[in-house]
Amino acid sequence: MPKEPVAVVGIGQTKHVAARHDVSIAGLVREAAVRALEDAGLTWSDIDAVVIGKAPDFFEGVMMPELYLADALGAVGKPMLRVHTAGSVGGSTALVAAGLVAARVHRTVLTLAFEKQSESNAMWGLSLPVPFQQPLLAGAGGFFAPHVRAYMRRTGAPDTVGSLVAYKDRRNALKNPYAHIHDADITLEKVQASPMLWDPIRYSETCPSSDGACAMILTDREGASRAPHPPAWVHGGAMRSEPTLFAGKDFVSPQAGKDCAADVYRQARITDPRREIDAVEMYVPFSWYEPMWLENLGFAGEGEGWKLTEAGVTELDGDLPVNPSGGVLSTNPIGASGMIRFAEAALQVRGRAGEHQIDGATRAVGHAYGGGAQFFAMWLVGSQPPPG
Amino acid sequence: MTDVLSAPLVVEFPFTRSLGPVQSAFLTGLRERTVLGVRADDGTVLVPPVEYDPVTANELRELVEVATTGTVTTWAWNPFPRRDQPLGTPFAWVLVRLDGAATALLHALDAPGPDAVHTGMRVRIRWAATRTGAITDIACFEPYEGEAGPDEPTHHDGEFTDPVTGIVAPARLDYVHTAGRAQSAYLKALAGHRTVGERCPACRKVYVPPRGACPTCGIATAEQVEVGPRGTVTTFCIVNIKAKNLDIEVPYVYAHIALDGADLALHGRIAGIPYDQVRMGLRVEPVWAEGAAHPDHYRPTGEPDADYDTYKELV
Repeated sequence: MPKEPVAVVGIGQTKHVAARHDVSIAGLVREAAVRALEDAGLTWSDIDAVVIGKAPDFFEGVMMPELYLADALGAVGKPMLRVHTAGSVGGSTALVAAGLVAARVHRTVLTLAFEKQSESNAMWGLSLPVPFQQPLLAGAGGFFAPHVRAYMRRTGAPDTVGSLVAYKDRRNALKNPYAHIHDADITLEKVQASPMLWDPIRYSETCPSSDGACAMILTDREGASRAPHPPAWVHGGAMRSEPTLFAGKDFVSPQAGKDCAADVYRQARITDPRREIDAVEMYVPFSWYEPMWLENLGFAGEGEGWKLTEAGVTELDGDLPVNPSGGVLSTNPIGASGMIRFAEAALQVRGRAGEHQIDGATRAVGHAYGGGAQFFAMWLVGSQPPPG
Repeated sequence: MTDVLSAPLVVEFPFTRSLGPVQSAFLTGLRERTVLGVRADDGTVLVPPVEYDPVTANELRELVEVATTGTVTTWAWNPFPRRDQPLGTPFAWVLVRLDGAATALLHALDAPGPDAVHTGMRVRIRWAATRTGAITDIACFEPYEGEAGPDEPTHHDGEFTDPVTGIVAPARLDYVHTAGRAQSAYLKALAGHRTVGERCPACRKVYVPPRGACPTCGIATAEQVEVGPRGTVTTFCIVNIKAKNLDIEVPYVYAHIALDGADLALHGRIAGIPYDQVRMGLRVEPVWAEGAAHPDHYRPTGEPDADYDTYKELV
């Protein structure tokens, strides 16, 4: 029996900000979930199961928050499960939810991811003072900055490319009412004048710390036929993992990321991603990851990713717009960041992305990665149901 | 396994919590010796109050005040109180259904012993002398033989002056961390300023530090291989902001270093050279500080830089 086609019929997110002191974690997730239900024209009783994701419990220090959130998400009496794959978790969570619909385990699933970074301590959560281990001497950006330098060395990319990405994403964010950073006075000069925190990564080329939640309603063909707005259809989805460190690991272009993308393209019958895909939301927490992932995900050949960025191909009006929402660089509630990418891809093919809509987008990719570049999740959504 | 090292690992952090409207009213109420519940869609009163109906999932905002007396619905004796628990002497954990409420609240009951506690016993709140808007504003419950409070709770608008909107919730976890055989052997060698990794019998890669198994092949490693002491900087960044808990003057260079003979890089700080002259391919050696478990930093050896092709697979 073929898989059930999966449709995204509802999307909701909070206005992402530095701190939501006015709501509890329950109030935060509720806001996104209610907006997704409204978008789908559904009520709590229409939901068969809830699949939730967030970063490690240590971030906010609430152990197994999904248990406490059952009331807020209408999950009492229904299956509720938690997905956990570090920074990629928002993407993985959506894929687990999609799998439940595709396998006809459930017909309509609410999937949601969140982070309340203002009440969290990510560094404490990630860098426990484990005895006998040499402490990381650098902080979060310091973990990734050497890999950026390795990319620059490998490809000969000029050192301005990172600032072009940040300038683009922050301008795109101005068109997205939900984005955290709205810097109306942004200029390329300002981005380039920003201090180097972990040279070669500038402050202006790093993601913020946000409070926010994102929710989606996934359903089957019958559910999609009743949806008040056009659905996005899942044409392919995959996850891949690899160890944090191993001999031969390519941090610049991890094998697991390549394999994940290849699997998605195979499912979606994509042979030339650069030509066949209209919009990409990829997980770019530091600006240089745009050219790196352009290569890793097959949009550019090895060593060629930065040329697309430099030529303006990834701009909102370029022929392969990347992160029209403003991306992780403009909004980063860690656990939700992957799902926001997946949701933005769906918004694009539903034609509901508002001011950052790519005209005529019919196929879009959402992508997330996490941990020490070891977990990858990606989906491809289309405006039409998958063939067959 | 006598050579395996272990040590305590304590993780402790004060988390902040935004309360939202319902918990804010509840905790501010406790500060004012007022216990608030919330009326659910089916009319029952939930104490402590919740923001969303557990049955209908609707938002709940109708607050009511319940009594400070109630009935124990179940209990467990705690003979050995631990740090930060409500009472320093043995006590009972109790679920108390306050008069007027349909659900029970978890707290401590001050009682001389387990024989003095039973399901169905009547209790009342003992308020803390200093109250801040926290569940600990209820110091504990105590046995109470007086009159019951009203069955019917009274409406409350949940408004207080100077409401509490957030709390601090300290978290502390005590672990014993065991390093394992491979890491213990590695540390023992490091104490003698030797770096000893382990070679995978299948892929022949040398892991430094060793983990006792090859993450690619999934099989145990045992063959010890001494590597270094010299190595090559494969890549690096210049750290310009002080990280918390790190007493290193910025700027400094944080680098990945492939020790000669190792098949993956480890990380360390580069010194003994101006930070802006560090480069990929720089040849370095460890500098040890008295009594430290790991090299303090690495410094240039003065050798010519390694050719990119010799280490590019390790970047």
